[in-house]
Amino acid sequence: MSENKEDRHVLTGRHFMNGDTACAEGAMAAGCSFFGGYPITPSTEIAERLARRLPEVGGVYIQMEDELASIASVLGASWTGARSMTATSGPGFSLMQENIGLGAFTETPCVIVNVQRGGPSTGLPTLVSQADMMQARWGSHGDYPVVAYCPASCQEMFDLTVLAFNMADRLRTPVFVMADEAIGHMTERVVIPDKSGIEHVVRKRPHAGPMDGLLPYEAEGSMVPPMPRVGRGYRIHVTGLTHDERGYPATDAATHDQLVRRLAGKLTRFAPEIIRIEEVQMEDAEVVLVAYGSTSRSARHAVTILREEGLPVGMLRLITAWPFPGDRIAQLAERGCRFVVPELNLGQMALEVERYARQPTTRVNHAGGQSLTPDQIAEVAREAMTCAREKSWSAITS
Amino acid sequence: MCPREIVVSDHKLDPILRSDRLPHIWCPGCGLGPAMACFANAIQESDIPVDKHVCVSGIGCTGRVAGYLNVDSFHTTHGRAIPFATGLKLSNPDLKVTVFSGDGDLFAIGGNHMLHAARRNIDITVICVNNFNYGMTGGQLGPTTPYAARTTTTPYGNPEGPLNIPHLVAALGAVFVARWTVLHVRQLQKAIAYALNKEGFTFIEVLSPCPVGFGRPNDLGDGIDEMQFYRQQSIVDDRAPLESVGIDMSKESTLVLGNFVDRERPVYQPMGTEPPEQREQTAVYHPADPEVKAREAP
Amino acid sequence: MTVVRRPLDQSVLTIPRGQTYIIPQRCKGCRFCIDFCPKDVLEESTDINSKGYHYPVVSAGKEEACIQCTFCTLVCPEFAIYTEEIEPETL
Repeated sequence: MSENKEDRHVLTGRHFMNGDTACAEGAMAAGCSFFGGYPITPSTEIAERLARRLPEVGGVYIQMEDELASIASVLGASWTGARSMTATSGPGFSLMQENIGLGAFTETPCVIVNVQRGGPSTGLPTLVSQADMMQARWGSHGDYPVVAYCPASCQEMFDLTVLAFNMADRLRTPVFVMADEAIGHMTERVVIPDKSGIEHVVRKRPHAGPMDGLLPYEAEGSMVPPMPRVGRGYRIHVTGLTHDERGYPATDAATHDQLVRRLAGKLTRFAPEIIRIEEVQMEDAEVVLVAYGSTSRSARHAVTILREEGLPVGMLRLITAWPFPGDRIAQLAERGCRFVVPELNLGQMALEVERYARQPTTRVNHAGGQSLTPDQIAEVAREAMTCAREKSWSAITS
Repeated sequence: MCPREIVVSDHKLDPILRSDRLPHIWCPGCGLGPAMACFANAIQESDIPVDKHVCVSGIGCTGRVAGYLNVDSFHTTHGRAIPFATGLKLSNPDLKVTVFSGDGDLFAIGGNHMLHAARRNIDITVICVNNFNYGMTGGQLGPTTPYAARTTTTPYGNPEGPLNIPHLVAALGAVFVARWTVLHVRQLQKAIAYALNKEGFTFIEVLSPCPVGFGRPNDLGDGIDEMQFYRQQSIVDDRAPLESVGIDMSKESTLVLGNFVDRERPVYQPMGTEPPEQREQTAVYHPADPEVKAREAP
Repeated sequence: MTVVRRPLDQSVLTIPRGQTYIIPQRCKGCRFCIDFCPKDVLEESTDINSKGYHYPVVSAGKEEACIQCTFCTLVCPEFAIYTEEIEPETL
């Protein structure tokens, strides 16, 4: 029976499925065994798929009473050694923020999928937006590490969900999959490799036995402490209070500073391995479209249009939004590139591009509800190109 | 003739406490210590190995209990102890998960989770210490603060009525509902031990003095005075009609204690999950798991 | 012990006895153990601990009075007092 069940984890083959379903299948392939969620458009299909799929492999699907409960149950499940996840959209993501902070502070790996819809508030439940990007970075109070991936296709919904689980276990931190409604509800081909083709990072566990005086928050050399499972005799204490290496509450500034810096430092240290970008026609690009998620599909087409006109335009696609690939942006800025940032919000990631480029960007924004078209992006990029060549950049950014 | 008292440095309960963290932060006369002692004794008395016990707390004075018990313990966010415990329990049914938290945590900010965990009949035990106010923040109005009682945020008296906790939890479907005070340590310990061994959502309300936050502004005196009040005003009636067991803490009022509800209902079981012994291999499925298991102490 | 009518099984009956142990530094002086001891074994110390509290001590003349009911052990909020069973008193 268990042979059978293992086979049901990975649906190897070519499929025609929507992004939400592909995300759920990514979770299955990654060995996710706990989903606690609450229905919310446009992420509900993830829950629906996992409600069917998890029982096939002895995993747990539970529909909690709200998103506060969903994320709390996901954190709890993670401490048993399970790979656990939840999926939501803007309003639910807002409700989850406090426990996302708990997850980051107690170094509890888990995956949180946000299929973004128009906000603020109830906004546009059924329509696309990318307006939660800064919330993903700064949504919970305090300084804490954030890893966020932005799938731009159904295939990436699968791939990046697997990657998110691996990165969560590797860094011991919650990892976001910041999808958007267009990707979640789009249906296209998804190729699921066989089990051997799916990378699996094993969460680091203590080598010491339960009674060897384990310090559960001693980070050794890697900045990531090994994570014991509950019920194994370690008798760990896990608290959302500032804690020392034993996990005990500490109320002093030095311990707090050291802990918060270590958590933030995990990202700095592992950034080269976390950060993924895709560069399109960037070799000679003078104007760079920085795009992510569904908008990057329009941006890609805009590059084709502009290249046909002979304009040296490229695209840098953020597969990882957080940590932000600022070094690459700085390099390109130094090379003389100008940046155009199309996104379905009023300019969120553009802020980050500007921070590293040390120059204003041209923004192409829509508050959400519809996708930016390739023509819309191309038009602004064309203008940007003209201004860049005439050295009158400020004219279009003011 | 035996000597008088013998001065020592360790307590016989120390092995089940994180004694290196004592003395605890609770005020003189606080009832949380006895409540925790009863829980610690009940853990040792239960049929479940100590290593399988997990204590989950929320925020507040009672939320600190998890940090003083030498079991796997979680001090989570305000109100979210029950869903956190739900994740632990469902993901590893071998665990005995107990939520130990306060009335504000469990019934105000976390009220919705209480409602649904009891409705589902999740197999966890919830111990709710009711001290009639928010103690950690300095004595504010809580969901159990009696009508007209004074707190720092009800300086003219509480205009709201309090929750009748056993009545509510029984209505929600809990399979075991009890109420004791921290003076009734033997009954309390027995009730907790019984609840730990009983399958399903089991619940114990523990009345406790909070001399600083609630006792002083309401003329109940110190902890010891409130304990005397419990002694004089308590009656034990397991069959009391639960709609009548509300508490107003007035001098002449009666505190009705007892093991009010003990019944059977189907325990929540996620679809497709097997009994624990078969489940271990599949639930925590990792392609690389054999290697992990080899490294780990059994 | 003076007994007016002596029970037939008196020779086999015993009264449990306990020895009191205290950890003065943990005490916060709430008096739960003192006030609720059914045999009035305990009283406040004349000394104070480092936090300034009078911790419980066994009253003079009450050395043999503890009946090992363990109530002080259970009700002490500070884990500062406990009793251990010693040889019972025979009647």
